[in-house]
Amino acid sequence: MNQLENFTKGFIRNNPVLVLLLGTCPTLGVTTSAINGLGMGLATTFVLVMSNLAISLMKNLIPDNVRIPAFIVIIASFVTIVDLFMAGYAPALHEQLGLFIPLIVVNCIVLGRAEAFASKNDVFSSVIDGLGMGLGFAFALVMLGSIREVLGGGTFFGLRFMQGDGILVFVLAPGAFIALGYLIALINKLRKA
Amino acid sequence: MESSFKNMTLVLLGISLVTSFALGAVYNLTKEPIEKARQLKKELAIKQVVPDFERLETVEVLPDEGGDPVVINKAMQGDEVVGYAVETYSKKGFGGDVLLMVGFLPDGSIYNTAVLGHSETPGLGDKMDAAKSKFSEQFKNQNPESFKLKVKKDGGQVDAITAATISSRAFCDGVQRAYDAVKKEGGTK
Repeated sequence: MNQLENFTKGFIRNNPVLVLLLGTCPTLGVTTSAINGLGMGLATTFVLVMSNLAISLMKNLIPDNVRIPAFIVIIASFVTIVDLFMAGYAPALHEQLGLFIPLIVVNCIVLGRAEAFASKNDVFSSVIDGLGMGLGFAFALVMLGSIREVLGGGTFFGLRFMQGDGILVFVLAPGAFIALGYLIALINKLRKA
Repeated sequence: MESSFKNMTLVLLGISLVTSFALGAVYNLTKEPIEKARQLKKELAIKQVVPDFERLETVEVLPDEGGDPVVINKAMQGDEVVGYAVETYSKKGFGGDVLLMVGFLPDGSIYNTAVLGHSETPGLGDKMDAAKSKFSEQFKNQNPESFKLKVKKDGGQVDAITAATISSRAFCDGVQRAYDAVKKEGGTK
């Protein structure tokens, strides 16, 4: 497979959030602001790249019957590493994302890429795949976070551009569903055009 | 590799061992920064809620109605107490526990308040945070001896946050708990 295509497929064509609809829980949960979306997206990207790297390196060593527990242990370790580093060096962001960082472990995207891609492909392609998918995830989260922050709070990346309250519903859970729905519709339209 | 019992056991054991070592190493590496970040956050909150001080003395007070202890940080200037920074909480929040730092002057009046942590609704209850609205300002310079720490709906003197009465009640509850603890500790003559 062409590496460039391998990298870019995560952005639109196979975007994990907007097309494959994987990892919807953190997507809806953390995207109350653009910066939260970016933080979550980058944390997941790191986990994806590292777990894809580790798993593609070990794919011939892991017996087929125990591959899922083996993958989960590897993924959980990288997630915990991210969690600890974030708590130490970016405490404010860590507090905002809270419970959602440990929840990357059960994010379908990570296990999905390990199972569908990294366990069948060489190391370099797997890293590229993880990077593309992770950045595609981050891209979707930042888009959703920006929409919700702009409409709901009148700020963008924390910068205030209008006075008063925004449309409150966009900061709350229902607004996440509404914004995600329209975003998916838009992407579907673009993909078909 | 073949899925024999021996292979499966050995591989899983090997992976678990390697990852545990890696996690142990990272834990040790980040232990200090995490502790420092927590300490820094606490100190910042204390500095916000009491006048300038030289050192802190910490005591834990158990509330009369039971529950977790409330931590009182006595801000000392020489041998004199210049204020009490009280780490308090309320279990009555809308989305979970509300953690507050409330500062009292020695006469019992509130110097300032800071929100340490909460899970209230963004856009509604989170306005208890001083950065988001003026709600918490009405507590400044009030003495709970005469200032009734209840929202107006409940017969008190606190203007609740619009559409977030429960969060406002939790805030009052936390401040009240802090005041009771300071009183019990012998402050506020």
